[in-house]
Amino acid sequence: MPGGRAEASPIEFRLDAASGVPTYLQLVQQVEHALRLGYLKPGDQLPKVRDVVASLAINPNTVLKAYRELETKGLTAGRPGQGTFIQATLSQVALPELAGLRKALLGWLAAAGTAGLDEDGMVALFTSALRDFHERRRSEPQGRGGAASGEKEGVA
Amino acid sequence: MNIIETNGLGKRYGSTWALRECSLAVPAGHVAALVGPNGAGKTTLLNLAVGLAAPSAGGVTVLGGHPAGSPAALDGVAFVAQDTPLYKNLSVADMLHLTRNLNWRFDQRYAEIRLGELGIPLKRKAGKLSGGQQAQLALTLALARRPRLLVLDEPVAMLDPIARHDFMALVLTAAVDDGVSVVLSSHVLAELERVADYLVLLSRGRVQVAGEVDDLLASHRVLTGPAAEADRYAERPVVHVRRGEVQAHLLVRAGADDPVPPRWEAHPVGLEELALAYLREPGAAALPGPTLPGPALPGPTLPGPALPGPARDRALPLEDGEPSEVTR
Repeated sequence: MPGGRAEASPIEFRLDAASGVPTYLQLVQQVEHALRLGYLKPGDQLPKVRDVVASLAINPNTVLKAYRELETKGLTAGRPGQGTFIQATLSQVALPELAGLRKALLGWLAAAGTAGLDEDGMVALFTSALRDFHERRRSEPQGRGGAASGEKEGVA
Repeated sequence: MNIIETNGLGKRYGSTWALRECSLAVPAGHVAALVGPNGAGKTTLLNLAVGLAAPSAGGVTVLGGHPAGSPAALDGVAFVAQDTPLYKNLSVADMLHLTRNLNWRFDQRYAEIRLGELGIPLKRKAGKLSGGQQAQLALTLALARRPRLLVLDEPVAMLDPIARHDFMALVLTAAVDDGVSVVLSSHVLAELERVADYLVLLSRGRVQVAGEVDDLLASHRVLTGPAAEADRYAERPVVHVRRGEVQAHLLVRAGADDPVPPRWEAHPVGLEELALAYLREPGAAALPGPTLPGPALPGPTLPGPALPGPARDRALPLEDGEPSEVTR
């Protein structure tokens, strides 16, 4: 059984200073990403706080905050004196459904390309639409509220 | 417990106040960054805190109430000055010997293990070490005294990127392993976001901003929108305005849940952007320190000149020579 190495963690963190994403969030996202891709599975240990601090030269509280957040999300659990361990997998969308969504997105990309949008334009449009989606979800109970006359939504 | 606490602290050299009316309470357990332009009073504040200078006004205590410079304070505080002071003609082993004999507590084993890990030979003369190694040696000597507060004045200013990284890794590991509180001064803003979780911003001898980094970032937002409407936005105190012909960016004191005016977009702000904005607006202040008088955050009433007010005629001559966009 390969379960003998209690010390080592299957993953290493890295930081992208230019991403604009807060450091603790980068750590959280990397764990989630590793879970989605299967690099991490239940029972695996996350790197020890001290090791993350030493290798990335970041504030210990940042690492603790990231680990707390993962615990709050139910993805990890701390074992006193031992470290932080993965205890759940991330619910993934079933593969057939994912393929369908991907196909639809490719169709949208093709349409955007035909309309004359370059790649940066597509990213900008997608990001902006995603933000609207997010806002709308947040203010669901009140309905759409302030979408006044002044705004144009580009493509209908 | 406050690791450093100052009350109306001031230091005058001749007729010039290097530091004035400085009231500050840095809680223990943080890596606190002391930031400000050259001549803002950073070194003066640190020298007062470690007892190398005596205040002209007010007072400063460390480690939960011990007057700076008192025996209890000296025992628990380690300081590495700006120029990494070492006796260049002494070998590393002799530097250890000397430091051990000048301090009643010195962890020789810790020092030797660290130096071994760092690959610093004990026989080499301190002056023959690389800049990065000299800094590491000075830091190791300071940490081997097993302090509860480590004070570093511009520790990485002279180091190359790798040496900087390794130096800060050693500082932060000490913070994890031994719970050492750290106060370090710097004007390299970009690196602080990773390292510091408490910010003290000094400007022209006064404390302008103090607080936990997370709290500061959570209580500020950048609003981007039409320049024509920039002046009308007054729901929240405006710290700083950057204005183009059509579009303007406002740094405001507002949380994620505060309403955003129609046609404006809100973005979270980074530590560097926040610090720069305050440095460009000497009249603005954010002092949410727990033991300071005044309103809790977020509060529209701030000490100092009346806010909000984009203060378009207030251009701060910064030492990096960049013109302030505020003047347009």
